[in-house]
Amino acid sequence: MTDLAKPASEAPPEPHGTDAPRKGSFWTDDATEPVRRNLGLVGVLLAIWVVGAITVPRIFLSGEGLWNNELIVLQQSAAIGVIAVGMTFVIIGGGIDLSVGALVALTSVWCTTQATQAFGPAGMVFTAILVGAIAGLVNGFLIAYGRVVAFIATLAMLVAARGLAQLISGKRTQRVNIENVGITDIAENRILGIPILVWMLLVVAAVGWVLLNRTTFGRRTFAVGGNPEAARLAGINLRRHTVALYVLSGICCGIGAVMVVAQATAGAPDHGDLYELDAIAAAIIGGTALAGGRGSIVGAILGVLVFKGITNLFIVNNLEQEYQLIVKGAIIVGAVLLQQFRIGSLPQLRKSAT
Amino acid sequence: MSNLSRRGILFGGTAVGAGVLLSACTSNDTGEDDKQAESQTKVGGNNAEPGKKVTIGFSAPAADHGWIAAITNNAKAQAGKYTDVTFNAVAAGKDVPEQRAALETLIQQKPDVIVLLPHDGAQMTATGRKAMEAGIPVINLDREFSEPLAYRTLIKGDNYGMGVAAGTLIGQKLKGNPNAVIAEIAGIDELPLTQDRSKGFKDALATFGLKVSNRVAAKFTVQSGQEVTTNLLQAAPKIDALWNHDDDQGVGVLAAIKQANRSEFYMVGGAGSLDAMEIIKRDDSPLKATVTYSPTMASSAISLARLVAQGKGLEDLVELQVPKLVVLQSETITKENVDKYMPLGFRS
Repeated sequence: MTDLAKPASEAPPEPHGTDAPRKGSFWTDDATEPVRRNLGLVGVLLAIWVVGAITVPRIFLSGEGLWNNELIVLQQSAAIGVIAVGMTFVIIGGGIDLSVGALVALTSVWCTTQATQAFGPAGMVFTAILVGAIAGLVNGFLIAYGRVVAFIATLAMLVAARGLAQLISGKRTQRVNIENVGITDIAENRILGIPILVWMLLVVAAVGWVLLNRTTFGRRTFAVGGNPEAARLAGINLRRHTVALYVLSGICCGIGAVMVVAQATAGAPDHGDLYELDAIAAAIIGGTALAGGRGSIVGAILGVLVFKGITNLFIVNNLEQEYQLIVKGAIIVGAVLLQQFRIGSLPQLRKSAT
Repeated sequence: MSNLSRRGILFGGTAVGAGVLLSACTSNDTGEDDKQAESQTKVGGNNAEPGKKVTIGFSAPAADHGWIAAITNNAKAQAGKYTDVTFNAVAAGKDVPEQRAALETLIQQKPDVIVLLPHDGAQMTATGRKAMEAGIPVINLDREFSEPLAYRTLIKGDNYGMGVAAGTLIGQKLKGNPNAVIAEIAGIDELPLTQDRSKGFKDALATFGLKVSNRVAAKFTVQSGQEVTTNLLQAAPKIDALWNHDDDQGVGVLAAIKQANRSEFYMVGGAGSLDAMEIIKRDDSPLKATVTYSPTMASSAISLARLVAQGKGLEDLVELQVPKLVVLQSETITKENVDKYMPLGFRS
């Protein structure tokens, strides 16, 4: 561990490494690693296309067919992609948010009650984002000020938010009223030939990328997750920053819920089932370290696309779903193994072992 | 620190204020539920004449979707129709152990008869038997116990028959076209009821020389319905007919069909929700029919339970006692007869 200072100085994009004694930070010296990982994920996407071209040439070998198919994959990735952006922030900041699926359910229900729908589409979107933000605030306060472990606090929120969603909806499906067609249009209409859902994903991902990589807030997020003690000594208000991260995740859930409501034309307490696992898996295979301090928005989005691309590939091939679950499991394990044993770092691994 | 706590108070105050504002947004009351359950009850004939006062114990899983919610509402409304019935519902909670515990308490209270929709028929069999041995007749609703000794009367829907009804309808439309593309959107694949429905569908189609070419399974939820249907429509560029097992998930299925701008096929639903019936009546989407699996069976179960407890038979039958087994017919609702079934529909 003697050469800690040197690699840190070579890694300007991740400044938290400067005084990080954590073992994991030792590997962050490899500045090109995120790029290589993302290229790997793009490679997986290309492999999906190749398999698609061989098995379903009708779709994958016609320009229009491929375009439409990929737009469908993108639309299906949109909601979970937005949520994965929030999740990436939380995980980089050293936390975890298990409540995202339940928050999608809660916000979808809250924004589709008759009382909310009376305020029109704008009111519904506003309510969804506000409810998501407040739930995130509760998560953040419990974790930062109540000193509850993130895993437990958000697990409690997972249970409670779904219960509240069931209570509000009376366990029914709440259709979007006909006069609020503005909401369902989100899933049906296109701007410049690209579905609105995809635009929303692009905008959220772009804002997330800038926030993470080009602002003080982003640099602090890396610092808080990479080495909390050093971050605190550097004058960062750890608690406030933690709260902000969970609020951010909650807002992403609110936006995601609007997208889900648009697609399903309804809010329901069983929306967002197991989204927490999808979002965490996407963040992890996108190169976000579960221990915090490292991660990438682009990687998380690519992770979502890989998952949805595989689902799509199996269904257009008319294959049973059980196989795709096994393939997805293998991809998660493969990505994490890759994270632990980076080819470029092998010589250093040997050196540090001696 | 004082600075921080002031900010904390400000934050907290904002949160509480927003909470109060938002809580006004949770109102959902359309007053529809009571009206709906009310219309799904039936009292008439000599059987309805007040007899011995009886207590009916009732237990069904906590509602997680429209169909189960309708079951509980219907049972309650039907019991309310009788002046000689005391209705005692116990919460069955979210799983088998909770329902078992609730039932044991109920047995202690010695109602005259118990109506039970188990979480899982096989796992609740022992409890059913225990009640029977304690001298309380059990009306087993829909999910069948694994042994007949555990119930006095079984009243259930016909999952296999539902598949047959859908398959027959589609078969009649497409017969003579062996290359027809028929798609199926099932519910949760692990459940025996889904497997029964799919088998009935397959068998019925086979009699017309047809088969299912694309099959996907959703999870009875709107969102899963939307997602699998989007992919299904992508996999099959042209479909002749589509059967969706469940009208609850059908909300999502129809959303996906609309989003994909497809309408070339003949679609059949399942269960018979009010939403589906309204769409069939409007006749402006591919959904042209639905095959019933009606939660009105809960109302009928209450009527049967009352007769069992009073020792009466069904008046149109010769027998002096209620029959042991009642299996509902899965009926086919189309535009022609939808008005007749509308009062039996349930909100998903």
